[in-house]
Amino acid sequence: MSRNRAATTSRMADAAPVFAALGDARRLGLVTRLCDSGPLSIARLSAGTGVTRQAITKHLEALADAGLVRDTRQGRERVWELEPRRLERARRCLDQISAQWDAAIGRLKTFVETHQPNT
Amino acid sequence: MSQTDRIEKQVRLRAPRARVWRALTDAREFGEWFRVNLEGPFVEGAIVRGRITHPGYEHVRMEVLVERIEPERYFAYRWHPAAIDPKVDYSSERTTLVEFRLEEVGAETLLTIVESGFDRLPTARREEAFRMNDEGWGIQAQNLGRHVA
Repeated sequence: MSRNRAATTSRMADAAPVFAALGDARRLGLVTRLCDSGPLSIARLSAGTGVTRQAITKHLEALADAGLVRDTRQGRERVWELEPRRLERARRCLDQISAQWDAAIGRLKTFVETHQPNT
Repeated sequence: MSQTDRIEKQVRLRAPRARVWRALTDAREFGEWFRVNLEGPFVEGAIVRGRITHPGYEHVRMEVLVERIEPERYFAYRWHPAAIDPKVDYSSERTTLVEFRLEEVGAETLLTIVESGFDRLPTARREEAFRMNDEGWGIQAQNLGRHVA
C-alpha cells in the first residue's frame, strides 16, 4: 500500500488548515452532520446539542475560514452547507470516518497491549 | 471497486490473537475502546444497540447488525456510518459493512479492518466524479495509519 512520498507531503500541507479547523470535536461533528444531511440552518444545527446558536455560528465561521463550509441566505434563515468542491467533499467525508477509525484503532491497540491478564 | 467505496486499515498489535478477538467481539470490551455502551452481546444475525460514550457524542446512539462471527478469524457487522443526528431516522439508508480479519504473526496479531459500501450512500453517490481521480482518501488514510502504528 505504499504511495508517492512527495504527493503525500503535499497533500498533508494542503490539508493542514483543514485539520486545524477540524481539531475540535464540535466542529468535526458539524462537518460530519453537513456531510450527511446537506445544507442546514443554524436552528437545525444547534437543536438538541445544548450549545448556543452563537457558539455554533462561531464554529461554522472557523470552518468557513478553512474553506470547509459556506453560508447562504434563504429568506430570514442563514443556511450552512459544505463547500461544493466535489472531490474535496467526497474525500473529506471519508476522511472523517477514516480518522475516526484511526482513533479507534489507536485505542484498541492500547487496550489489548496493556490489558493482558496472565491467563 | 472504486476508491471511494472503502476504507481499509491494517494494524499490528502486540497481543495474542485470542486477546484481540475478545477485545473485538466481547461487547463490553469492544465498548471500552470503541467508546460505546452496548446493551447486549454480539450474536450473528442480531441487532445490538448502544449509546456512544465518546466525549461530546453522548447523545448519539449506535446500532449494528452482526453479519458473521468466525471465531478468532473474522467478525463483520453492518451499520450506518456517521449516523450522529438523533433526529434523523437512518434506518431507510443503506448501511456499510465493517469487517475485522485477524491473522497470527508470531506472538502478535495482524488486524485488518475494511469498511465498504460508501458508494451506495446518498452523499457518496453525488460524488461520482471523484471516481475518476487517481488519488483517493487512501493516501491520507495511510498517513494516519502510520501515525497510530
